[in-house]
Amino acid sequence: MKNEIDIRIKVPNQTRYLSLIGRIGEDLALQLEGFKGDREDLANQLNVVLTEAMVNAIRHANAADPDKQVDIRITIGDNELLLQVFDQGQGFDLNSIQDPDFNDEELLETGGRGIYIMRALMDSVVYRKIPGGNVLEIRKRL
Amino acid sequence: MNIKREEQDNVVLMQIKEERLDAHNADELKQELGRLFEAGRTNVVVDLKEVRFIDSSGLGALVSGFKNASARQADLKLSGMQSQVRSMFELTRLHRVFDIYTTMDEALASF
Repeated sequence: MKNEIDIRIKVPNQTRYLSLIGRIGEDLALQLEGFKGDREDLANQLNVVLTEAMVNAIRHANAADPDKQVDIRITIGDNELLLQVFDQGQGFDLNSIQDPDFNDEELLETGGRGIYIMRALMDSVVYRKIPGGNVLEIRKRL
Repeated sequence: MNIKREEQDNVVLMQIKEERLDAHNADELKQELGRLFEAGRTNVVVDLKEVRFIDSSGLGALVSGFKNASARQADLKLSGMQSQVRSMFELTRLHRVFDIYTTMDEALASF
């Protein structure tokens, strides 16, 4: 039996929906059939990564316009989990965002941890242009 | 955002009564901490016992409070971290920055 899951969610470009999206990720991890790793860890990781990805779309890609929308697609196959967050904005250059080197000065930056957190918890993070906007694609091997 | 604020022995205790500290409510905490330090308070504890989830914005609000405190020779200490919250501090190395206590009473006794 194939354990394929494909969930698509569309929410307004507003931070009030972060907990809803995070919780969906959490519940998915806790119920995933055949997953051999630590479920609690995966649940927290998906909660964090979906939250960070959505905030990124709201603030940086959709320029905090509450009339825009964020589309989220979660696909889980036998070996891989793919999170896609679609925005309708101008986008940004993901490659220009370096991982922090944790010196004293950088440790005390008030922002800029979101991309690092996503990269640290998942296997790959890619941001690319598509017609009408951009998509942030985050993959994790299961 | 729901914050329970108390004072004991000249220390301001702020218990975060929220399950999540994220981009939706982090700015309120940042403003609240800013107001406390601007008003001249020097000893502040933020208790995270009820917080199950923190994101980069939540961390950023606490860092902002820490910097605000440091600039005024004040102290911002943290207590009551759940394991998931603790793991986010470790991932971002912020556990090296803050004084972190297991309970609010321990944090209070440290001043």
